[in-house]
Amino acid sequence: MRAGAGDIELAGLCKSYDGVTNVVDGVNLKIPDGAYCCFLGPSGCGKTTILRMIAGHEEPTAGEIVIGGENVAGMAPVERRTAMMFQSYALFPHLTVRDNIAFALRVRGQSKAERYKVADLMMERVRLTELADRLPGNLSGGQQQRVALARAAITEPRVLLLDEPLSALDEQLRVQMRQELRRMQRELGITFIHVTHTQLEAIALADIVVVMEKGKIKQTGPARDVYAYPHDRYVAEFLGGQNVLSGKVEKVGDRFVVLSQPSRSGIQVRLGAQVRVAVGDRIDLAVRRDDIELVRADADNPDDGATALPSRVTAIEYQGSFVKVMLDTVPDEDFVAYVPERTFFRDPFNVGDVLLAKWSAGRARVLA
Amino acid sequence: MQRPNLSAWLYVTPLMLVLVPFFLLPTLVVLVASFFETDGFGGLLPTLTLSNHVDVLTSAQTFLLYVTTLKFAILTWLFTLIIGFPVAYFLVFHVRSQLLAIGLFLICTIPFWTSNIIRMISWIPLLGKEGLVNSTLLGIGVIREPLEVLLYSGLAVVIAYVHQLTIFMVVPIFNSLARIDKRVVEAALDAGASRLDVMRYIIIPMSKSGIALGSTFVISIVMGDFFVVKVMSGGGSASVVSAFYENVGVLQYPAAAASAVLLTLVLIAMIALILRVVDIRREITQ
Repeated sequence: MRAGAGDIELAGLCKSYDGVTNVVDGVNLKIPDGAYCCFLGPSGCGKTTILRMIAGHEEPTAGEIVIGGENVAGMAPVERRTAMMFQSYALFPHLTVRDNIAFALRVRGQSKAERYKVADLMMERVRLTELADRLPGNLSGGQQQRVALARAAITEPRVLLLDEPLSALDEQLRVQMRQELRRMQRELGITFIHVTHTQLEAIALADIVVVMEKGKIKQTGPARDVYAYPHDRYVAEFLGGQNVLSGKVEKVGDRFVVLSQPSRSGIQVRLGAQVRVAVGDRIDLAVRRDDIELVRADADNPDDGATALPSRVTAIEYQGSFVKVMLDTVPDEDFVAYVPERTFFRDPFNVGDVLLAKWSAGRARVLA
Repeated sequence: MQRPNLSAWLYVTPLMLVLVPFFLLPTLVVLVASFFETDGFGGLLPTLTLSNHVDVLTSAQTFLLYVTTLKFAILTWLFTLIIGFPVAYFLVFHVRSQLLAIGLFLICTIPFWTSNIIRMISWIPLLGKEGLVNSTLLGIGVIREPLEVLLYSGLAVVIAYVHQLTIFMVVPIFNSLARIDKRVVEAALDAGASRLDVMRYIIIPMSKSGIALGSTFVISIVMGDFFVVKVMSGGGSASVVSAFYENVGVLQYPAAAASAVLLTLVLIAMIALILRVVDIRREITQ
């Protein structure tokens, strides 16, 4: 097999069902061989359509799909050497676990003995051996998922495409099966493309996260980049973990800007570096929720170059390892601080307390 | 233990109220009558005898009637399946708009908008000696003499049955096909299955229950019919039921009852055979 056979390149990929609106709108993307790539976006953003086009279940309206250096336009899934794991698995309900897994080999004309040998090896790998003769209807969600994974992997595809593979499972199982997917991906050493609308799933699993909105890619990058350094407001809000402040620039100073909003003005935000904004621009600023420090308004508050905005606590949620404190810092927008659990309980706040929400100068980023 | 028992009985009561007086009792009456003697004028003498059954079972005519009827049943079954399955398949997998599918489904029921007699009479201008088919074939020169075999023949009987019963095949197969998740078909294609593989390994095995139900309807209706045979064969063929209908006509009730018992047993055996091939209950709960 050629090296790098599982790398994928999408070039100007478009899909339209009605000829008017593009469900997928000019997507360009490179995915290296053996990567775990997650497409993340709300339902209807075109991520599943891209997956189905890579799989060969739908033809692009425009653009190219190149897998391992060859243009796969018009090729059947088998010729592309891709395999798909369907949402809610689409197992064959009338076939046993073993026959489900061996199906692809059966249609390739392998004898029963031959294909069962391979299927038995695969079942061992995904720990399904004891369930070999069961029908899918008698399996739990997690077991069904393992059957689906084994059925897709049996042909040794170079790319495995997973359409919302964890959405049919309950929370606890989802975290567990997430690990299993990652483990299988490492073992098989092939490219996985995983479509999800859950940001936690994406950043926990992926080498590359692709955030999508309305058929377009908003940001691509390693999980940490996408989470910690979102390009724009959409990505910041979709991935969560960030407060976004938007407003009109009132004044630009040395390492600070003053923003004004319809119902509040004079919000002075210090910035770590010079940014290119002009008075009158509408800008979005992002600050990580766990970068925000809360201090009581009456406390001694030296000017240490940090931004400090007076806020009132509107709600408090205990989250285990941290406490989520919701504030009215900016009117009409969520503003949240994640306070480490121990810090919070040293001096707990109550709803209605007036505080200063502080963050040091380098923590605020101007979004595109 | 008393309470769950009581509620269980309550649940089955409505069904029992229908089945006991309208099915079980008449069947028992027929069964009992088959062991009675007749006085020759329609009266039954309650002396138990096996002679009715012996007569039916030892008569060569019974055997011939069963051969004819089974031949009709099997041919009808074959053609209704050959026509019904593709129709149902087309409606489920190729008609995308649900409204259109319902419309086409209604078209399938058009033959039922009129009575059975009218439906059969309407074959005469089509299949008769000077009917549409013969005159067309003569007109384009395919044949020189009109085909006599078209009407009042075994062929005509099968045509009438197929016309009448295909819908009984279409409906249950449609039902079982409609329950197949389209993604399952896609998963099979993804695994490299050809269209033929999908049909062999996915569609047909998954519609087995529908095929079995449809077959049960068609076979039991054909086996229990005498009217179509009588009209469409022009009296040339007889069926099992038409023979014991004759018996009833000449007031030979016990002989008719014995034939009815035999037919019931044969049908039970045939349906048991179908259910042996396809476990409908398991297929439906799956």
